[in-house]
Amino acid sequence: MVKKIPIGPFHPILEEPEFFELHVDGERVIGMDMTIGWSHRGIELLSEHKTWDQVPFLVERVCGICSCSHPYAYVKAVEDLCGVEPPLRAQFIRCIVAELERLHSHFLWTGLAGHFLGYNTVFMWTWRFREPILDVLEAVTGNRNHYAVMKPGGVRRDLPQEEIGNVLKLLDTLEKNNDMLTKAIVDDPVIHARTKGVGVFNKAQCRLYGALGPTARSAGYDVDIRRDHPIDAYDKVKFNVILCEHGDVFDKAVVRQLENFESIKIIRQCLKLIEDTKPGDISIEIKEVPPGEGIGAYEAPRGEVFHYVRSNGGNMPMRHKVRAPSFNNILTNELSVLGNTVADAGLITAAVDPCYSCTERVGIVDRRDGTRRVLTEADLVRLSHEKTELIRKRFAEGGGNR
Amino acid sequence: MQAVMYIVRYLVFPGFVFSAVVGLLTTWVDRKVSARVQLRVGPPWFQPFADTIKLFGKEVIVPSNARWTGFLLMPIIGLAAATLASTILWSVNLAPERTFIGDTLVTLYVMTIPALAMIIGGSASGNPLGALGSAREMKLLFAYELPLTIAFLTTIVKVGSFSFGKILMYQQYNGVMLGSVSGVLAFIVAIFCAQAKLGFLPFDIPEAETEIAGGTHIEYSGAPLAIVRLNTAIMYLVVPLFIITVFWGGVNFTGWRILTSVLKYVAIVVIMVLIKNTNPRVKIAQAVRFFWGPMFAISAIAMILAIIGY
Repeated sequence: MVKKIPIGPFHPILEEPEFFELHVDGERVIGMDMTIGWSHRGIELLSEHKTWDQVPFLVERVCGICSCSHPYAYVKAVEDLCGVEPPLRAQFIRCIVAELERLHSHFLWTGLAGHFLGYNTVFMWTWRFREPILDVLEAVTGNRNHYAVMKPGGVRRDLPQEEIGNVLKLLDTLEKNNDMLTKAIVDDPVIHARTKGVGVFNKAQCRLYGALGPTARSAGYDVDIRRDHPIDAYDKVKFNVILCEHGDVFDKAVVRQLENFESIKIIRQCLKLIEDTKPGDISIEIKEVPPGEGIGAYEAPRGEVFHYVRSNGGNMPMRHKVRAPSFNNILTNELSVLGNTVADAGLITAAVDPCYSCTERVGIVDRRDGTRRVLTEADLVRLSHEKTELIRKRFAEGGGNR
Repeated sequence: MQAVMYIVRYLVFPGFVFSAVVGLLTTWVDRKVSARVQLRVGPPWFQPFADTIKLFGKEVIVPSNARWTGFLLMPIIGLAAATLASTILWSVNLAPERTFIGDTLVTLYVMTIPALAMIIGGSASGNPLGALGSAREMKLLFAYELPLTIAFLTTIVKVGSFSFGKILMYQQYNGVMLGSVSGVLAFIVAIFCAQAKLGFLPFDIPEAETEIAGGTHIEYSGAPLAIVRLNTAIMYLVVPLFIITVFWGGVNFTGWRILTSVLKYVAIVVIMVLIKNTNPRVKIAQAVRFFWGPMFAISAIAMILAIIGY
């Protein structure tokens, strides 16, 4: 018998509203339906009403976790449009902040994955290790999140010379902790039993679905925008792109853990190279943005984030398009949950490290009678009017708003 | 007069009030130890009491498609059963002469009723996740009852009697069951089964907050939820006490033996909390395989050893 099990729109495993409908036969999942669009905020339209310099503050708020990656892609798009390159020191600072962000994001995911497995000790420990990263980000940029460091043409804040020692100290302890955590994951037999061969998404499927970031790399699909199209300082540092082959939840965890070591490596190199640059030389002034188009892409912790801007020579973008990696990755759940059990479904949907708020696109579907009908604006206005009438009538009868 | 005494025993000491207070204190020990393992601070000692009292004051919501008789009655039946098990165990531990023939079997049966009650309550809630939780609880019950019963029977084989009084007496004169090879093996099996019986990690599969959002508990709120939690708290007292009685010489409250009794109890609770905090949740199929495979084998070996006298 086919039964439908809802995960969401509000569910303990989802940190944001999202709706997955599992079609199950007993405990086995034989189909899945997804509905996104529960927290649409209209960021693209908003940003078309802000000046070029204001937009980074807005796109930071696309997502609290990749709050450096979105502005990074945006400023690269604007710089592409203007044909400028930021000073060397700014490039290194961007790189350091972005990699610190990747570290905290991957730690956050590992903790959440532990929680989803019911392994709350891993959850608490990992988040404790993550805390010093946020402290260092605060010391370097002024904020724990939403760093407000990106700006077309450079960065807003210089890296304080006295903080370099602190960052290096953090990297040492972080390397040790990450090593311990990686071993704990790789050696635990119960974690093996729960995650190996679960939620497999293979290389061919990755290519078909356009999977990105750790989701793709765990299946051996070799994509990393930092290496393929290096921006800023990424061609001046050496790092490896971590690849696994099975594409199951275990490999997704391992890829993220090993990427942490690469991030630590990148930050160390940047901190060394930054010593040869002049303090204070952190941005160039962009007087005006010429008409035209620009694109910017950056490897966010979840995969490639892509921004497109078009200018008509004014002080605001004429069009700003955001493509977040989770949009591609969430779709992979459709195949990877098939044949697994309900117990795994939550873990699998979480294994792509979905960032729902990045992904949301507007789409209105009426689900009351089981049919799917997209409502037009006129319909919505009519429904709204009807409801107002109804409430007004109820108040007139002295019923109150219940 | 005798009847009044029984009622007082059941409702006050060592029955409901006493079991609930000690059980809630045990859940505090659990939360505190868990917190320390997870590098947190943990709640103050009265937190479980505050939670329970608060829940009793909250609104009770019965889902419109729930069958309310089963949904609301089952927590109470579970609580009554848990209290009964606690009363029998405490009575025989405090005064071994109060034993009756077959009280071990009665306790073993009564201890499954809270799980059965949650199965019915979960499926009466009208929630698909509740039904799924019930199905899982049922499978888990089938899985762990077999090794638990065999582990318990090793003691019966050694003692040659079905009454708690005889078991306690035997251990007083011949040393505790844990002193023998079969006793140790059966004890290990019993600890893992207890983990499943109490719905602790790695076997909290029927509740599985992050998979099925509470499973059997999903629709409970207010006073019924408080009763469900009291139920768990009392079982937290009953199950370790059962293990101590059967394998570790029981508890005794005369003189310095108060201290050893409390230590035995705390030791078992801490073992269970540590298992709980160092393991992720397994899947239901894996749990069944674990109990019917290695656990069944170990308990069978213990049984054979007990029969040939080790």
